[in-house]
Amino acid sequence: MAVKTQEGAQLLTGGEAVAYAMAQIDPDVFPVYPITPQTPIIQTFAKLVANGKATTEIVNVESEHSAMSATIGSALAGARSMTATSSQGLALMAEMVYIAAGMRTPIVMAVGNRALSAPLNIHCDHSDSMMIRDSGVIQLFAESVQEAYDLMVMATRIAEHPDVMLPVLVCQDGFTLTHSEEPLVLTPDEVVKDFAGEYKVPLPLLDVEEVTTKGIFALQDYYTELRYQMNAAMEAAETVIADVFDEYSPLVDRPFGLLEEYELEGAEKVVFLMGSTAGTIKDVVDALRSEGQKVGLLRLISYRPFPAEAIRGALASAQEVIVLDRSDAPGAVPSLHAEMAAALYGSNVKLRAHVFGLGGRELVPDEARAIFAGEAPTHVALRS
Amino acid sequence: MSRLKRIALNQHGVQPLGGGHALCQGCGAPSIVRTVLSSIDTPVIVVNATGCLEVATSRYPITAWNVPWIHTAFENTAAVASGVEAAYKALKRRGTLPGGDKEVTIVAFGGDGGTYDIGIQALSGALERGHRFLYVCYDNGAYMNTGIQRSGATPYGADTTTSPVGSVSLGKMQQRKDLTAIAAAHHVPFVGQSSGARWQDLSSKVERAVAMDGPAFLNVMSDCPLGWGHEPRVGLDVMRAAQDSLFWPLFEIVNGEYKLSYRPRKVIPVTDFLKMQRRFAHLFKPGGEAMLEAIQQQVEADWSRLLKLCGEPVKELPVVKPAEETEEAEAVGAVA
Repeated sequence: MAVKTQEGAQLLTGGEAVAYAMAQIDPDVFPVYPITPQTPIIQTFAKLVANGKATTEIVNVESEHSAMSATIGSALAGARSMTATSSQGLALMAEMVYIAAGMRTPIVMAVGNRALSAPLNIHCDHSDSMMIRDSGVIQLFAESVQEAYDLMVMATRIAEHPDVMLPVLVCQDGFTLTHSEEPLVLTPDEVVKDFAGEYKVPLPLLDVEEVTTKGIFALQDYYTELRYQMNAAMEAAETVIADVFDEYSPLVDRPFGLLEEYELEGAEKVVFLMGSTAGTIKDVVDALRSEGQKVGLLRLISYRPFPAEAIRGALASAQEVIVLDRSDAPGAVPSLHAEMAAALYGSNVKLRAHVFGLGGRELVPDEARAIFAGEAPTHVALRS
Repeated sequence: MSRLKRIALNQHGVQPLGGGHALCQGCGAPSIVRTVLSSIDTPVIVVNATGCLEVATSRYPITAWNVPWIHTAFENTAAVASGVEAAYKALKRRGTLPGGDKEVTIVAFGGDGGTYDIGIQALSGALERGHRFLYVCYDNGAYMNTGIQRSGATPYGADTTTSPVGSVSLGKMQQRKDLTAIAAAHHVPFVGQSSGARWQDLSSKVERAVAMDGPAFLNVMSDCPLGWGHEPRVGLDVMRAAQDSLFWPLFEIVNGEYKLSYRPRKVIPVTDFLKMQRRFAHLFKPGGEAMLEAIQQQVEADWSRLLKLCGEPVKELPVVKPAEETEEAEAVGAVA
């Protein structure tokens, strides 16, 4: 299928959509290893390269650990570099994800979120992303195929911004988005190319005149300062993401934000979550609103950096927030629950939380109604 | 210009690995690195595994490296080198190489732990994919950086902190892995075995290796005064004894063809090599005889096999006289 540059929607899966975005950006290097449900991304991209739609150097490595290692090597050598993974692949490369962030590597990675083993499962939850939550990578979560595509188009600009220089993960729900066709509008090739611009990394390794030592050893005297700088970059990312969104939005006439506020006007009960399940919640919000209930949805797009202040602002008039985590945290509370509790500390908003959708279990409208009504168990749809 | 003069002056106008590093006195690694890098005509880019060489040369905010250098982790050096090479290919093809279109040589360095053990998957993948780079394993036969733990390269019978000698143990009870053969099984254009004590051999192998259009692998013996237990000043003697006793033969495999690089004029018993090092001292006490004999037999069997592979006549080996006393070892520098 040719990349359409004219206006008008077409049907693509989330995997295909991000592959098209990649082909339009045409990165220099793409080291990658196959894993379900990321495979549609890398297969579509390989086909696009095979047909001359992109001229990227694909490196079919022997593991995800090597995928991220090679991506770091190529990005710091001076080549725009991307990779893609899911679940166990993200777990295997976790060591290198931390190192990519610590070495301030501006790479982009497409993620098809999938449950972590054991038991083995190939379907969606967010436990893979949560595993690397403190790694220092930016994680953006899409609700739809269109949004996954748009975030992918914008990701290089965020990663490569001089104030940021951190990996950006564009996360979409495995199967629910990666393998499901939705109508979307592709941005014209030249618009994407212009928007992405040229890749620049300070002191590329391939510059043999300006010699650099990368990946240094820092002990008690400097480690804290270098990690602190990474924190500062993540803080700066919040502004940079908003700026990049604002720059891209008028080009495609679609709004973008670190958060999406849905029917928050006068909302007393607000569900807070990430990913494709927001579609179901929006339908239920619409239904409950028509029944006269003051409910709404606050959807998180930028999981890292976590926009705590904006969240607090968005919930200023709410009475209760219901956090839905698509991952579990044995022995503690899951990530969104904990982040929300921290964000709301000292406010009067009541906090309730549920775990849902583990290993691809669907959250159906009746369960969403039960969640709003306060009648759902802590683990939504848990069978006894 | 003579090879020695060329290496001493080096190709790049500066010493690739300069002063100010913190490697131990007598360590084989820095001279191996300098010999390798100074034998390459093009600019070099160095990829380094975690290990002694890495920690001792890159402690922020100073660096001992005067050439582009990158380290990320322990087990992935060949993968990082793959990425650097892919970047080079992509930017060259697109005409966007920084500083213009020039040849570079990508050289990866890892110790035996980072190559034989934890890094073997990444190495295998990179060799199979055919990236054009040179991987140099400096093999000192244990995890020296973390305090002399046994690795897949540790010789049979060696005393390490995780294969310690004790009242019911004679050190490492397993044979070492033949990584050179494993690399050769990838059918890459160049595989070689060299030694930190044979700079001419190493330098000429590097020249042939980097001329290949594909991956090259060099397994280079490096001494470790701390882990082997010898005085720093005798490091070269110990490594030379490894060749003269046939313990660590020098050879290369170019496009599948084996070639012997060095045949000792006089073969010395392997005990002459072993007794120079404290890690084998226990074998020279009562109870170690059988193990010494086993090591000698293994060395001879390996040598015969190598000669056949190289198409060399397999001659009767000289009769080996086992070392008679350990005092002699101390005389040549074994640390008590």
